[in-house]
Amino acid sequence: MAAAPALTTPSTAAVGSFTPAAFAEHLASVPALWHERKRSAYARFEALPMPTRTDESWRFSTISGIKLDGYVHDQASTRDAKAAKGAFSLAAEPTLTFVNGRLGTRNALRDSVAAAGVVVCTLTEAAERHPELFRQHFMAQPQKLGSAKFAALHEAFIADGAFVYVPRGVQVEEPIVLIHSAEGPGTAVFPHTLVIAEENSKVTIVDHFLSNDEFGHFACGANDLYAGHGAKITYVAAQSWSMESLSMQFNSTVVRRDARVQSLNLHLGAKQARHESLSQLQAPGGFSEMLALTVATGAREFDQRTLQIHQAPNTKSDLLYKNALLDKARTIFSGLIVVDPDAQKTDAYQSNRNLMLSEDAESNSLPGLEIQANDVRCTHGATSAPIDADQAFYLKSRGIPEKAAHELLVFGFFEDVLSRLENEELHSAIRGLIRRRFGK
Amino acid sequence: MSEITDTLETTAENPVAGIDQTSGNFKYDMTYDFDAGTGLSDRTVDYISAVKKEAPWIREFRQNALKTFQSKPLPTHWATKDLENINFDKIRYYLSQGLKPKRTWDEVPEDIKRTFERLGIPEQERKFLAGVEAQFDSEAAYSNIKEAVAKQGVIFMNSTEGLREHPEIFRKFFGKVIPTGDNKFSALNSAVFSGGSFIYVPPGVKVSHPLQAYFRINAENFGQFERTLIICDEGSELTYMEGCTAPKFSTATLHSAVVELVALKGAKIQYITVQNWSSNVFNLVTKRGLAHEESEIKWIDCNIGSRLTMKYPGVVLKGRKARGEVISIALANDGQHQDTGAKMVHAADETTSTVVSKSISVGQGRATYRGVVHIPRGLKGCKNNTECDALLINTNSRTDTYPSITVRGDRHAVQHEASVSKVSADQIFYMQQRGLTEGQAMSLSVNGFVNDLARQFPMEYSVELKRLIDLEMEGSVG
Repeated sequence: MAAAPALTTPSTAAVGSFTPAAFAEHLASVPALWHERKRSAYARFEALPMPTRTDESWRFSTISGIKLDGYVHDQASTRDAKAAKGAFSLAAEPTLTFVNGRLGTRNALRDSVAAAGVVVCTLTEAAERHPELFRQHFMAQPQKLGSAKFAALHEAFIADGAFVYVPRGVQVEEPIVLIHSAEGPGTAVFPHTLVIAEENSKVTIVDHFLSNDEFGHFACGANDLYAGHGAKITYVAAQSWSMESLSMQFNSTVVRRDARVQSLNLHLGAKQARHESLSQLQAPGGFSEMLALTVATGAREFDQRTLQIHQAPNTKSDLLYKNALLDKARTIFSGLIVVDPDAQKTDAYQSNRNLMLSEDAESNSLPGLEIQANDVRCTHGATSAPIDADQAFYLKSRGIPEKAAHELLVFGFFEDVLSRLENEELHSAIRGLIRRRFGK
Repeated sequence: MSEITDTLETTAENPVAGIDQTSGNFKYDMTYDFDAGTGLSDRTVDYISAVKKEAPWIREFRQNALKTFQSKPLPTHWATKDLENINFDKIRYYLSQGLKPKRTWDEVPEDIKRTFERLGIPEQERKFLAGVEAQFDSEAAYSNIKEAVAKQGVIFMNSTEGLREHPEIFRKFFGKVIPTGDNKFSALNSAVFSGGSFIYVPPGVKVSHPLQAYFRINAENFGQFERTLIICDEGSELTYMEGCTAPKFSTATLHSAVVELVALKGAKIQYITVQNWSSNVFNLVTKRGLAHEESEIKWIDCNIGSRLTMKYPGVVLKGRKARGEVISIALANDGQHQDTGAKMVHAADETTSTVVSKSISVGQGRATYRGVVHIPRGLKGCKNNTECDALLINTNSRTDTYPSITVRGDRHAVQHEASVSKVSADQIFYMQQRGLTEGQAMSLSVNGFVNDLARQFPMEYSVELKRLIDLEMEGSVG
């Protein structure tokens, strides 16, 4: 699965379907308040080069699979928007659903939640009603993981997205569910979720990305999480785009004093998917827990890049990325823990576990550390191994058939991550989603 | 012809180990009979080849390598930008006194003997060591193969002689483990190499004493480009040790060696390095071994000196059940960057590899571990275990870890683990309470950190390592 040589004619390859004419057309379809920001984003997108094989941040990636040609943007949905419900078996109705980047349905928040001042609206609405918050947090963090070009493309072509604001001290118990779906041949979507949790607030967000048909889509999404002092955010993102899709997702998490963010990314769909996750621990007491589960089947490629930056003393981060590899699947995990010179008493952990379930699967691990303070506890580990023969033998000796035993062990492998979720309902909903992915 | 000119003023004695710290700081004025001048061109390469009276194929090999070197960019997309500070035009690529390698101690010129005296190799040790191949600048100025070793049929000579006298043995493997185009610096070495050891151990021969070489860089702006090729035939065993030192100069020097090891079926090679170049040397070395069926290659690599070291000893596990091992100790003090690691390429079933790396960063020193473990498709039963521990001494010390692990298939077990820590305050407190100074306590603690690895070294190297650590740790606290 060696990457083919880079595309020729860089001038067209660099923008693909997203030509200046396409951009002008898109610009005409969004409110004027977006224009200035989008123009500068498009200029960045045009100017930045496509990644090449020698880029360290794209090491092992199949760059030839990243094509910007053959997509259509701002495709109107032809279906009843209500059809997109997502595959999650959660009691809560999705608060917002987006189809091809535009708002589909909207369910009102519970009265008590709305009365407390919690806002869940579209980004366009937020830009109008809460301009200060929007300006401060929307795509405000640096792109450090190699996809600056695609992040600029996202900003230039984003039609709309979700905005969640939880005021100071407010605790929202029920998960807020958001659904982003794509449909139609060659549709490009730019989903976005912006979450702002003010001081000592608490919120759980579930983002679900899915295709309504089997066509190949291009999803270029981003999400920004901001946890103010003492805030708690639980963020679950389930990616199940159609199996022909190209997916790119950029996550940015900012953790302030004594705040805690737990994010879980579930990667199930797309033909080739890249996920970048940046956690910035900016003040003492901050804790970022980064979790991911990947079920890689067929000839799919899952490319995950993470960066944990400890910018203040006494911060903690804990990363656990687990991949199950079947068939001819390929995974790449590239993680880096950075401890800034003054971030003493940092406690950082990073772990990548690959469960090899096929002879042709390939896992690549690049767990990295850059430590510039001495009073720290930083460890990382990476393993690639098949199902433990002793464990399988034990189960068999207890009369469990081999197939069932393997299944149990694979789910046991994932359970390690899932059990970190506090919300029981969410836990079983995700387990159900993985089970369906395995065709059980 | 020469006199001692100590270039450094340090005279402090180490109270713990009781060694004179100035023993490594020296320089002799030398007159060089052959000098290729500064800068690198095809004329330089022709000159070197002519002086060495080489066969046409070697000259061609050098010329091709030069083209490869010139066409390759510096690998700064992943490596440190410090590489850009190497001025290739100011480096002397060949110097020689025109001395033929000496067979007996008596034939070695007096002034060179005096150099060895200051290097601190005791007389008794010289007698014990099987062969001393000391590279004095480009050429081996002294070589003494113990008769017993020669009687066993072992060929131990410098690279120039090896290529001239035994092309039938060495040509087959020369440049095969590390091809010219492997990286920019292996290409540079292939173009201008001189000196280094060529060793062949016949089937079944177990060389009882370690063979040893000592390298020095003695001329300012002079690059040392030694080339070593060791071939251990079926079932043979060899331990080889090298030590490197250099006196201090005001401008940066470059050391770029290529070391190739070939272990044929069932052979065992152990290659030990203690590198203590002075802190202005760029030490960019390519080391790789090719392990055939059931053979074993073990690199013990210890880096204390230099300004920038980039060295990732590797093993290509080509035969079934081959074993590769890298044990790496790095100590980075102020102004130093030790970028070391290991490469394990599994290319046959049931191959196993182990990497253990321990690094210590002192002051503003930076220690980096960079590793590759590669298991391609279609193999079964491969295992790798990698452990990296980093110790940070001061608040502004720096350490990095950049491993890369590729595994294909479901019949292998690979694990990598790394941790970063500081010296335990409790330990230091306990030792201070028992009357040790903070510096002594720190030194003892650091020695304890590397102790389980240092114990695997032969006695004299283990002692030398301990002394070096003591010296480096001095003044790091308080």
